[in-house]
Amino acid sequence: MILALGAYLGGFDGNFVWNRIGAEYPSSVSVWSLRLLPALCGALCVPLVYLLTLELRFSHLSALGAALLLLLENSLIVQSRFMLLESVLIFFVLLAFFSYLRFHNTPDSSWFRYSWLLLCGASCAAAVGVKYMGVFSYLLLLGVASLHTWNLIGDQTVSVCVQCVCRFVCLLVVPVLLYVFWFYIHLSLLNRSGPHDQLMSSAFQASLQGGLSRITQGQPLEVAYGSQVTLRSSASQPIPCWLHSHKANYPIRYENGRGSSHQQQVTCYPFKDVNNWWIVKDPGSQELVVGSPPRPVRHGDVIQLVHGMTSRFLNSHDVAAPMSPHAQEVSGYINFNVSMAAQNLWRVDISNREAESEVWKTILSEVRLVHVNTSAVLKLSGVSLPDWGFRQLEVVAEKLFKGHSSSLGWTVEEHRYGISQEQKEREAELHSPTHIDVDRKISFWAKFLELQWKMLTVKQEDSEHKYSSSPLEWITMETNIAYWLHSSTNAQIHLIGNPVSWGVANLSLLAYQLLAAVYLLRRRRGFKDLPDGVWCQFVRLGCVCVGGWVVNFVPFLLMEKTLFLYHYLPALCYLYLLSPALLEHAHTHLLSNVTHRRALCVCVAAMLSSVFLSYRTFCPLTYGSPELSANQLQGLRWRDTWDILYRRR
Amino acid sequence: MLSWTRAATYRAPASVANAIEKGRRFASHRVLLMLVVGLSFSTRLYKITEPPHVCWDETHFGKMGSYYINRTFFFDVHPPLGKMLIGLAGYITGYDGTFPFIKPGDKYEHHNYWGMRGFCAVLGSFLPIFAYLIVLELSQSHTAALITASLLIFDTGCISISQYILLDPILMFFIMAAVLSMVKFNQQRHRPFTAPWWLWLVLIGVNLAGALGVKFVGLFVIVLVGLNTVWDLWRLLGDLSLSLVDIAKHFLARVVGLILLPLFIYVTIFAIHFVVLNKSGPGDGFFSSAFQSRLIGNNLHNASMPEYLAYGSTITVKNLRIAGGYLHSHWHLYPEGVGARQQQVTAYLHKDYNNLWLVHRQDNNTSQSGTPDLVRHGDIIRLEHKETTRNLHSHLHEAPLTKKHFQVTGYGTNGTGDTNDLWQVEVCGGRKGDLVKVLRSKVRFLHRATGCVLYSSGKTLPKWGWEQVEVTCSPYLKETPSSQWNIEDHINPRLPNISLSVLKPHFLEILLESHIIMIRGNSGLKPKDNEMNSKPWHWPINYQGLRFSGVNETEYRVYLLGNPVIWWMNLATLGLYLIMVAVASVALQRGFSLGPKRMEHACVLMRGGGLLLLGWLLHYVPFYTMGRVLYYHHYFPAMLFNTMLTGITLDILLKSADLLLRPPYSDWLQRVGQMAFLFTVLYSFYLFHPLSYGMTGPLAHEPGSAMAGLKWMDSWEF
Repeated sequence: MILALGAYLGGFDGNFVWNRIGAEYPSSVSVWSLRLLPALCGALCVPLVYLLTLELRFSHLSALGAALLLLLENSLIVQSRFMLLESVLIFFVLLAFFSYLRFHNTPDSSWFRYSWLLLCGASCAAAVGVKYMGVFSYLLLLGVASLHTWNLIGDQTVSVCVQCVCRFVCLLVVPVLLYVFWFYIHLSLLNRSGPHDQLMSSAFQASLQGGLSRITQGQPLEVAYGSQVTLRSSASQPIPCWLHSHKANYPIRYENGRGSSHQQQVTCYPFKDVNNWWIVKDPGSQELVVGSPPRPVRHGDVIQLVHGMTSRFLNSHDVAAPMSPHAQEVSGYINFNVSMAAQNLWRVDISNREAESEVWKTILSEVRLVHVNTSAVLKLSGVSLPDWGFRQLEVVAEKLFKGHSSSLGWTVEEHRYGISQEQKEREAELHSPTHIDVDRKISFWAKFLELQWKMLTVKQEDSEHKYSSSPLEWITMETNIAYWLHSSTNAQIHLIGNPVSWGVANLSLLAYQLLAAVYLLRRRRGFKDLPDGVWCQFVRLGCVCVGGWVVNFVPFLLMEKTLFLYHYLPALCYLYLLSPALLEHAHTHLLSNVTHRRALCVCVAAMLSSVFLSYRTFCPLTYGSPELSANQLQGLRWRDTWDILYRRR
Repeated sequence: MLSWTRAATYRAPASVANAIEKGRRFASHRVLLMLVVGLSFSTRLYKITEPPHVCWDETHFGKMGSYYINRTFFFDVHPPLGKMLIGLAGYITGYDGTFPFIKPGDKYEHHNYWGMRGFCAVLGSFLPIFAYLIVLELSQSHTAALITASLLIFDTGCISISQYILLDPILMFFIMAAVLSMVKFNQQRHRPFTAPWWLWLVLIGVNLAGALGVKFVGLFVIVLVGLNTVWDLWRLLGDLSLSLVDIAKHFLARVVGLILLPLFIYVTIFAIHFVVLNKSGPGDGFFSSAFQSRLIGNNLHNASMPEYLAYGSTITVKNLRIAGGYLHSHWHLYPEGVGARQQQVTAYLHKDYNNLWLVHRQDNNTSQSGTPDLVRHGDIIRLEHKETTRNLHSHLHEAPLTKKHFQVTGYGTNGTGDTNDLWQVEVCGGRKGDLVKVLRSKVRFLHRATGCVLYSSGKTLPKWGWEQVEVTCSPYLKETPSSQWNIEDHINPRLPNISLSVLKPHFLEILLESHIIMIRGNSGLKPKDNEMNSKPWHWPINYQGLRFSGVNETEYRVYLLGNPVIWWMNLATLGLYLIMVAVASVALQRGFSLGPKRMEHACVLMRGGGLLLLGWLLHYVPFYTMGRVLYYHHYFPAMLFNTMLTGITLDILLKSADLLLRPPYSDWLQRVGQMAFLFTVLYSFYLFHPLSYGMTGPLAHEPGSAMAGLKWMDSWEF
């Protein structure tokens, strides 16, 4: 999701010049400034955790404890020292919770407290804008807020309308508006084309300066008879490909013994090539040039498509396609005189004609080419051909045609009116770049929606990575991630958490659940172990911390994409908030005996020092210095499943 | 959460003066119920034998019913109860199990297929009746119950799906029966531990087991009942007049009735399944060697083969992970970009000649005479694939899916390869020099050059690997079933065959094994690229149906599609329900004083409606997270819940007519509304009934069709 990365960085802080990562890496900017922001956010998380614990109505000591746990967490340090987004996300999430609780805790009277709520909304928007993971925390916050509001509605002593509206505006409307605003900035900043253009549709690309628009700027808009066009498949995300043909025929027999028509191959080719040009021809005339005035092609018209370089007609017939035998083969027609008549008429079916127009337009119209004889539709099957087809992608005509399917659409990307009558001239013309003027823009909203959709649907290759891991392994930290290895020595940086802290975090999670279950059952039976105020505090702690852990962890169990250890870090932060608060709760409310309390204090001290010690131990892997010998590294490999790299010398 | 605790307050007071009134209502209740029963059975059983050929999935479930009659072992991704019942119904009505059910469209001719269809239709006829009773119990309103029943009776989708040999009517029967018993059980909460209380509790348990025994979708209704029970126990816990002993009794009763009893029944179903199916059949290869030895006709049943692994033998190697598959290779290379372009090595679940491997010494000199040498623990061997003569090979390339492991390939020709073809045999728990027992030893193969161990990751390869299972070489040497193999077939003509009695597996082992295989089979049903897939959001809007029978003009066509009027009304009412419940709960929370009638309405909406909404959500939302291929008919259980919700909501909406108009007029409005509703449902049923009872002649978009003008959506295919 590098695309998203650029989007977010560009989104949340448009003032910094160097934030346009999505577009280009300006070479003049030094690396440290790029890394400054995540590191800064990572550092700010520590005091924020301190304040947040205070807002949860716990003492300064436990606040200090939470801050220490966060401070000495090796994985967070590593993650915030690089140009990565987790620390920024964590920062904004914590800020959102902090400001919400601040708002909730301030007495009703002051209007000033709504500024906290506003800040909360803003940081929610920022969190979601940084990474989609922020949505989980945002939803949790909304849940907590709506619970509070619900109670407020039940309180008949106050008038609630204004308050409800204020909360609604601050927590729902403002974040959405801000979120849209980030993207507005993002899109207006990134108006040059960059490495991720290909992911977007032609229309989107055309609106970026440079890139495709460098080519497409000034093309005629309406496709007419005689137009020379390249046809891009809508199905071939994320790699684009264009309808292509070349001087090579289908093999007479395939490897599995099936026969073919032995006519010219038609494929889809993922690179720009002169063989991607096709000429739109009127079946009724022999002309291959655009008349004056040009006669535009409309929805429902029947056309022929002539391959520019070889002059073969795009043809389909009842012969099984090479790789997908259930579909028809598509070929460039050659008359072998074997009673195989040309079936080269195609009907233009513009699928978005309601939104655009009946006329076939460059880039904007998405057309389906329906074979007239068999009513099959030209389609990219997505299979790549074997060596005889140069490993290009197979194009077929599909007999089954049901409803809408974007995989059937083709868009005209490059386009010009053909003027040369002779084949030789035409070839020369095809080799020259296109050049006529027309201007076109798509609206911000269309871009915004497309970008959102792409970000949600673009997948990394769903294969496994060497350092990827499954969510259940995160709890016990089964895997690590190697970030960097010095080119000659053993100095290296790994994403490894502080094992002692992880242990403490897991223990406190378990302890809280046990404690909460016991309390709940006993309260239900009428034993009130805790005064109401303390109970409220305890519940709030659970909602924020355990709830936060749950919403940031459980969704990953259902996801099918490649996951890494760093996805767990936000969930972990909630646990670090929980541990000291739980200890304080135990100290003040569970243990009445002085000796027990002392014992607890000693335990806590011991725990903190062991956290510190293990932090010290793993420091070399966190900061990449000093360099360790192979034996020392072996000693650090606390779990068999960690991959620590040794350089053999 | 819903305030079910308030329920007790608003129950209708039953005083002596009302006794006569009550008696009359009871009589009218009888009449209405009989009406529903009659209509329901007549719509479902009408034209049950049409069309007289195999429709859609009858080809699977009919076939599996025949397998029970023939006692042939097969494998299916669903638990066996549904097919067992189908088989039983067929057996009773005189079907002899000889019809092959090869493909949809095959004529039944003289075979007795009507018994199986009739059985499903009878179970399907109970759905409107159960829905009627459930809604009546939840809302105490005959109007609401009648609305629900009429919606279900006249829904073409419900009719079509009940009329054929499918698992769905059986599944839905159990689901609805479980919900009905649950609602009845809730009603008995003031008379705990009486006979009816126990009866309904046991019925819940039985029906839950039935639902789960037909399809795993039954899990959703189990969750629904589970949540209801947890809520009930929570309520009891808060009741301070009950002692802890009482609560423990309640708790234990539910554990017995809702956990132990269904579990017992479920296990019994599987026990019957395994006892009945004792002949070898098409499902053998999915199961472990030990399992196969149970089946009459399998080559492992009373097998005899050389006892110890020897050089020069031809063997098959099976992974010990459950549903691990045989070590397999074939004439296909790994595609470009996936490690080295050498021959694929996979794990394959079916029996196949490509699973055969030859055992060679490392130095290749096989002694030609005398008894061959035996392989011992610690020996270094070479495994040659018999069909392609490539050696089992591994090297330092990453494996195709599990990137932490190394790739395993077939390499070399005619048995000559390189040092990367050498594997060390290790018997688990053995010492140097131990012999390798066929079938009973757990063997590991350690790669000589890299020190990794042959491993089956259990991940399915993409298309280029023919969706077989990945085999890798794992550098992590922990002993897991994934890295352990056993020698299953062992052919060596120069060694005497010895009869082997393989340890018969324990019943629980068989149970566990078959479940893991079923779950894996279910997740393996991935959508194919060239098929148009049904998406969960298609279903409530009735976007696209399923062709049960017939495609073109001359054929007898049946198309599974819900009555669009009813389905769209359901969807609209769902939104209406949410609005109404929001208004009601805000009013209650804010403490507005509502009349007793409105309070009762609000209570029914939140309590009964909430339960049904939960049921709908539980039967619908999980499909969004499923990766397997989905079909339109998966929505039907959820649709039942949605329809019951519609009944309650519409009834309360009509009864709230007095918010708009004064009393006499509001009653008129209510009546008019009910009449209009009934007329709409009946008329739409009249329009769309050919969908379920069959159409012939031209398709709907052509002139002269019986369905002309009714193709309201382009995506419908009739």
